[in-house]
Amino acid sequence: MGFVHRHRWTVPYLLLAPGLAWLALFFVVPIYYLASTSLQTGSIDIGYTMTWAWSNYRDAITTYDEHFVRSLKYASLATIAALLISYPLAYFIAFRGGRWKNLLLLLVIAPFFVTYLIRTLAWQTILTDDGLVADVLRSVGLLADDGRLLATPIAVVAGITYNFLPFMALPLYVSLEQIDGRLVEAANDLYASRVQSFLRVTLPLSLPGVFAGTLLTFIPAMGDFVNAELLGTPRQAMIGNVIQSKFLVITDYPQAAALSFALMAGILVLVAFYARVLGTERVSV
Amino acid sequence: MTTVAVSAPRASAPSRALAFVRRNLLALWAVLALAYILLPIAVVILFSFNDPVGRFNYTWEGFTLDHWREPFAVPGLRDAIVVSLEIAAIASLLATILGTLIALALVRYGFRGRGATNLLIFLPMTTPEVVMGASLLTLFLNLGVSTGFWTIFIAHVAFCISFVVVTVKARIVGFDRHLEEAAMDLGASEWTTFRRVTLPLIAPGIVAGALIAFALSVDDFVITNFNAGATVTFPLYVWGAARVGVPPQVNVIGTMIFLVAVTLMLMNVLLQRRRGT
Repeated sequence: MGFVHRHRWTVPYLLLAPGLAWLALFFVVPIYYLASTSLQTGSIDIGYTMTWAWSNYRDAITTYDEHFVRSLKYASLATIAALLISYPLAYFIAFRGGRWKNLLLLLVIAPFFVTYLIRTLAWQTILTDDGLVADVLRSVGLLADDGRLLATPIAVVAGITYNFLPFMALPLYVSLEQIDGRLVEAANDLYASRVQSFLRVTLPLSLPGVFAGTLLTFIPAMGDFVNAELLGTPRQAMIGNVIQSKFLVITDYPQAAALSFALMAGILVLVAFYARVLGTERVSV
Repeated sequence: MTTVAVSAPRASAPSRALAFVRRNLLALWAVLALAYILLPIAVVILFSFNDPVGRFNYTWEGFTLDHWREPFAVPGLRDAIVVSLEIAAIASLLATILGTLIALALVRYGFRGRGATNLLIFLPMTTPEVVMGASLLTLFLNLGVSTGFWTIFIAHVAFCISFVVVTVKARIVGFDRHLEEAAMDLGASEWTTFRRVTLPLIAPGIVAGALIAFALSVDDFVITNFNAGATVTFPLYVWGAARVGVPPQVNVIGTMIFLVAVTLMLMNVLLQRRRGT
């Protein structure tokens, strides 16, 4: 008792120390090494030396600008699609779910518990050339006879949308669930139409969920390479695919590090801009 | 006259259907969205009973229970699952301890550096996995550490801590501090109060955090892929198999994991419901 009392101010630091040390050593320090590697030159055989080679960044971005743009496009499309699918679903569960709320929520997150890769491979099976979906689309003329679903941008975007959907649906549900039903009633009592009360009351109150959900979907989508690899072709390769192969196949570490850092910086800038546009004071996460 | 009598219901049937759709648009949308969410799971389960002709398990060829009878008939699969479970067990244990301590400090104490601490918890959750995996690999390369079982463990603890902190924090925030004060007023020491009052009250949060950490660890592919060396976890096994044809046994294991997780969650839902009434 004595020690704890005399040194009360040290208690929080003692509690924090082990965990924060782990994060410092295995999250912050690695980012430092990544930054330093991105400015080195050399090869895996002769070793790497620090030369402040800023040209790594110029080369990386000019060579792979196409992949950056594609990642941005696919991630944005997938985020919008996930929002459009999840918002009405989350709204339904929050306001009409009744005593089935928790069960419905469980159904939404259940796919989460089948390994990420197996989920994506299931989409391979669904979209495959002689699969049911392709057959049906062909028979109604929506798909040309030699048309494909797999190995197209649509397949990749659909895969990303699917895989990160719970990250969108859960924050939306949480923010919608917290809305005081009396506010909506008040709007209706004051002769707001259902559309008006949604646009003026419910939607603004759910914006924190929209903000969190879109970020939690967009960020992992930007860095993803699994969907492009399993559902697309090299023509759908995203920046994540380039980073992965540069690190693990080609072992061009400096350029791979420069690409990773550029990706991270790009995301931070986009997120900051987005937070600015949506109004930060209303949407603290 | 007869034509009118016949055409009248014909004209109204679609419009009635349309009215029904309009009235239940939201419910229909929810049903369709849930179908979309659950379709791939149905495919995974269905194809665990498939009897594929070649190496690829893409088209339905016939029903068989063979893969369920011999889930480990393919070489390497059992070892990969054992590695995944071992790493998940020790990584989630350590991450839960470290994360719970941080959550306690953040909620219960005022201290300098709170903002920096929150930032350090928040950043790993918003860093793309590919960047986190790559940065850890550059660390290990620079230090000359060869990657394998323990580097995967280190990486998994690192990305699980934040999720544990967030989960446990949510539980601590919502609890009544008067209970602790009461225990201390009755002469319990600080440590006894923690052990007998605080810990049991926040235990559900800790269990939830541990389960999330376990699930994240078992499921992780991207960060593991960078730091695995020659070690093969279950997701890495699936990734390798994807190039040459995934055996139906992978669907069996996927289905098993799914069933265990859903059973656990269902029990939780039912438990909450019983407590609620």
